[in-house]
Amino acid sequence: MNAPGPLAVLVVIMPLLAAPLCVLIGRIAVARWLALLVGWASAAMALTLLAVVEANGPLSYALGDWAPPWGIEYRLDRLGSYVLLIVTLITALVFSFAPRSVDREIPEGRQIPFYSALLLAAAGLNGIVVTGDAFNLFVFLEISSLASYALISQGYDRRALYASFRYLMMGTIGATFILIGIGFLYMMTGTLNMQDLAQRLPAVFDTRTVRAGFAFLTVGIGLKLAIFPLHLWLPNAYAFAPAVVSALLAATSTKVAVYVMLRFTYDVFGQEFAFVRMPLGSILMLLGAVGIVSASLVAVFQDNVKRMLAYSSVAQLGYMALAMGLANRTGVTAALLHLFNHALMKGALFLALGALSYRVGTLRIGSLAGLGRRMPWSSAALVIGGLSLVGVPPTAGFISKWYLILGALESGWWPLALLILAGSLLALVYVWRLVEAAYFARPLPGPTEVSEAPLTLLLPVWALVLANLYFGLNTSLTVGIAQRAAAQLTGAGP
Amino acid sequence: MSGGLLLGGALGVPLAAALGVLLLARYPNRREALTLVAGAVLFGLVLLITSVEAPPTLVLAEPVPGLALTLTVEPLGALFALVASFLWPVTTLYAIGYMRSHGEGHQTRFYCAFALAIAATLGIALAGNLFTLFVFYELLTLSTYPLVTHSGSDEARRAGRLYLGMLMSSSIGLLLLALIWTWHLTGTLTFTKGGIFPPGIGDGVLSLLLLLYVLGTAKAALMPLHRWLPAAMVAPTPVSALLHAVAVVKAGVFTVLKVAVYIFGLERLGGLLAAELLAYLAGFSILAASLVAITCDNLKARLAYSTVSQLGYIVMGAMLGVSAGVAGASLHVAMHAFAKITLFFCAGAVLVATRRRRVSELDGLGRQMPLTMGAFLVGALSIVGLPPFGGTWSKWLLLQGTLDSGLWVLTAVLWVSSLLNIGYLVVIPVRAFFCAPAEPAAVGVREAPGACLLALLLTATVCVLLFFLPGPFYRLSEAIL
Repeated sequence: MNAPGPLAVLVVIMPLLAAPLCVLIGRIAVARWLALLVGWASAAMALTLLAVVEANGPLSYALGDWAPPWGIEYRLDRLGSYVLLIVTLITALVFSFAPRSVDREIPEGRQIPFYSALLLAAAGLNGIVVTGDAFNLFVFLEISSLASYALISQGYDRRALYASFRYLMMGTIGATFILIGIGFLYMMTGTLNMQDLAQRLPAVFDTRTVRAGFAFLTVGIGLKLAIFPLHLWLPNAYAFAPAVVSALLAATSTKVAVYVMLRFTYDVFGQEFAFVRMPLGSILMLLGAVGIVSASLVAVFQDNVKRMLAYSSVAQLGYMALAMGLANRTGVTAALLHLFNHALMKGALFLALGALSYRVGTLRIGSLAGLGRRMPWSSAALVIGGLSLVGVPPTAGFISKWYLILGALESGWWPLALLILAGSLLALVYVWRLVEAAYFARPLPGPTEVSEAPLTLLLPVWALVLANLYFGLNTSLTVGIAQRAAAQLTGAGP
Repeated sequence: MSGGLLLGGALGVPLAAALGVLLLARYPNRREALTLVAGAVLFGLVLLITSVEAPPTLVLAEPVPGLALTLTVEPLGALFALVASFLWPVTTLYAIGYMRSHGEGHQTRFYCAFALAIAATLGIALAGNLFTLFVFYELLTLSTYPLVTHSGSDEARRAGRLYLGMLMSSSIGLLLLALIWTWHLTGTLTFTKGGIFPPGIGDGVLSLLLLLYVLGTAKAALMPLHRWLPAAMVAPTPVSALLHAVAVVKAGVFTVLKVAVYIFGLERLGGLLAAELLAYLAGFSILAASLVAITCDNLKARLAYSTVSQLGYIVMGAMLGVSAGVAGASLHVAMHAFAKITLFFCAGAVLVATRRRRVSELDGLGRQMPLTMGAFLVGALSIVGLPPFGGTWSKWLLLQGTLDSGLWVLTAVLWVSSLLNIGYLVVIPVRAFFCAPAEPAAVGVREAPGACLLALLLTATVCVLLFFLPGPFYRLSEAIL
């Protein structure tokens, strides 16, 4: 057991304990501060963990001192600590954004359970990333999902309830599939520890049970990942959820699903099984490609701004699916990079929308009119986040696009390179609809004079905006780790 | 002062000017004085950079391992940087007169975006590799967008959409693809004399890449990718003058030249079928744009089509694959810049003084605005390529290039184009001086404000000077190969 092992447990335990604590103490102020504290503490721990993993290699922690594979093992390697960092960072920023925004959107009586659900979602997401146990992963997935259902239903539009219900149905089917898949694997190998599974599975690769398990897992994770055509729950869920929740889900939860997909295909089953024996590569590439084009096209015609960005998320997840499907080292690097960068850009965009809607309420394209002048900082954040989404240099989005296209060219799939670029151009179209609305359309006649959002909202937004620019210029963290993690996953490096 | 610091200053000065303009939003005089001073300082810096013996290099950042944002200086870039940085303060001088007497709003935004555009232009000129060039190329598109849409009218918004749509879709869709493909093939994007492609790569692939590069550079306004340029004329005249006759479009042809010389290498380029095709396409662009220009009654639109035609000269020169072509093309970057900016300054001066935009309304105006129309004549003759004006030299070299490469059809194209230039450009000042006014002359029409007049006389003088003293630019264009 390594010395910093407990940190990996703490990132899960802290939010998990803080959640009931909020309810027990029963004061809004305490809940806010607790969330903030836990959020930033987790981020700090994730940063430490990343440094430790980079220096000493993977670290493992046996819960209750039950040695793996019998007990539950928490295990952090490069991939895990990288995803953990982005998840906790975004969570911390969202929690910093939350107090003002939640005050505006959630009635006072429901705020405490709301914070506690936020903390539970965070606990679940962190747990998925740190655990080395397949069943434990399922449990955390359910914790975060259940918390998300509750969170989405808190949107002030009544359609949030339906959106939440729909997500609940689809999400439950997904979770069930995952559970069935894990069950099949357990049947064949008698183990739930992922490392152990990876060693025992090759012996039984040829059985139908393992293949079926693989299929169940893929579809289940695909549902959580909102891979086309399993994305139907996502647009409304993001559109009608409270601002804080949209930002948190868009930036973290689908990313964690991408992580799970990578973990199972490249680590547990191994590349050879997933891409050579099973046609996962072509499936992911095809669905990713269709998802990019169709979701981007739909996004162009959306009138509700949050829905537009939600469809854009589906398209961006398509990029990640496509990159995973390329099954070469650059492809996996691109998927990991886009995972990180997309969290930054969608986090920035959804928080910027949160800041805008803090002043103007529901966000339709028309209601953005004139905001370029009245809320210059929030609007500028929207523009920069949007440019990152398009992939204009020197933003983080450009770096992801670079590696995506390079991956496509390296694997010889040059039509995919064209498709990725076409997706960028579609993104330009829908982002520019926002820009034109904010900067050119005449403000709607109305009695209320809109002013800039308060500083407490702008700070987290701009932290993410600047991160978008920073990680577009200095990529030693993102590209460096993504490349090494990809090398590890594709078995080409240490 | 070390070379790296100078290069950083070349980007830093206009950036600092942009920031300063924002801070001085409430004091128009100080704001514009700051822009002028920054322009002068920048020109001084660029002069220093180009005179340093050993080319300095500055690494700004390294976004992709092995691929850094690098600034350096070589003859072609020095030429472009000199032209752009010299014309910035001149245009600022002009803009002060124009924007005030034309009563334009949002002047802080205007000067700020202008300074940003200059920073991006300098970034392009001093780029040490294609990646850096691409990054600043995109930034130039973005920073000029608020200038194109300056008036905020529906027309401006439509023009902005076309501008951004064409420039970005071609650069992201084609140029970026070409870039990544090249990186995939060679593992480098550094500008290297003689090109970077190893001999093993087939001509078919290279031809395809060349097409991607040239068609992806829509800023070069090669027909049929030129539509954005006439549309961008809704911008205030100083923008049309500096950005859409010099900085932006020259950034386009500069990219084409750089790719031809330092990515493909002339020897490789000369053997490619695509290069010949593109040279003919440029020839088509030269003639077709001239023909369209004749039909334009709006003065700025006519000048814009003339620019499209003239840019064709440069692309053609680059695609010929002979040294005279490259020298002529790069010299034409400078010569056309001074001539065309003069013409735009004159068009803006006429607009400010008389509110007239149409060519047909300019008859007889020479009596009221002799200096402006005289400058127009100088600019027009320089574009035709007649002595004693600077344009003579670049045209001479380009003609020589077409003969060297054996593409005699293009020689004929150049001759015909010169005649057409007389027909649609020189005729304007001639009619202004010799025809009777079509309508009774407006009472009290006088020359434009002093600042405008000073700027346009300055650039017209340079057009003449460049005939007698082409040395500095000529030496740079010679040194490229």
